[in-house]
Amino acid sequence: MSKEHQPGMSLIVRTITRLTVGLIVLYGIYIVSHGHVSPGGGFAGGVIIALSFVHLMLAYGKDLALQKLPKGVSSFFESMGAILFLSLALLGFTGGYFFLNFISKGQPFRLFSAGIIPLANIAISLKVGAGLFAIFIALVILKFESEK
Amino acid sequence: MIELYILLIFMIVGAIIAVEVKDLLSSVVAVGAVGLGLSMTFLILKAPDVAITQLVVELLALIILIRATIKRDLPFSTSGRWYVNTFITGAFIFMFVLLGLICLKDLPPFGYPLMRVASTYLREGLAKTGATNLVASVILDYRAFDTLGEATILFTAVIGVLAVVRRQGRKGEDEIVDEDDD
Repeated sequence: MSKEHQPGMSLIVRTITRLTVGLIVLYGIYIVSHGHVSPGGGFAGGVIIALSFVHLMLAYGKDLALQKLPKGVSSFFESMGAILFLSLALLGFTGGYFFLNFISKGQPFRLFSAGIIPLANIAISLKVGAGLFAIFIALVILKFESEK
Repeated sequence: MIELYILLIFMIVGAIIAVEVKDLLSSVVAVGAVGLGLSMTFLILKAPDVAITQLVVELLALIILIRATIKRDLPFSTSGRWYVNTFITGAFIFMFVLLGLICLKDLPPFGYPLMRVASTYLREGLAKTGATNLVASVILDYRAFDTLGEATILFTAVIGVLAVVRRQGRKGEDEIVDEDDD
């Protein structure tokens, strides 16, 4: 394959992307999972995870990123996050009211503590990350279409 | 407190540059500088949650803006009705500053909020929710309804964007529908 037909950016950018994109995803997962003990949370972590895929798309072109996370899968994750968050809220009715923190609180500063808050963080991160990536896909595909 | 004022002046200058500069890419970069200044302001005001969110959302918005605006030829109209526009802008700024001065007198001093409920959250948040990050305990336990509404807004926004910028428009009856929509 010659250089002109390679989608995406130059060799330097692609190499750096290959080395860093996994670390970015890991950092996003860390921010999400420690959202209840340290600064961060579902929204910020979800956006970081979405940014890692955006990074991949900018460096390698849209085909590889869409192969890693197709549009249907991101749409599925977005709906899944919304349903998970709502069902967590509805499960509160087992103990009394909407959004009841029905799991035991545990010890402070531990990873598994604070009841439903980590689960809600994960749900929101799925929703936000997949939703923002879907918006980015839609805008990029629109741009490619308009340039043709 | 002096670094806060330096950052605020930096942000105001960046915003003015973003409005005034002719080149679209320079304008987007200036907006990014304003966002970075805002993120650092949040850090100085000891709100790391908001600073992280501001930084990452700013990055994503910047990437989308650059992808969307570069190579796009936007007409820039400066001619016509200059006096009227300047007069309206000046009158609006004057009214804004006047009403702002009246309103700002009634605000509580910086760092001393009026809300009594916030101090209750600070005292009882850890015991009631078990989360050491109080921001998480507020947005996901005390005020989880707000988060549900925010999630609904984002969901609606995604649906709206996907509906507006989808690849294929609705075809007429006699046209051949191309089944290329993935």
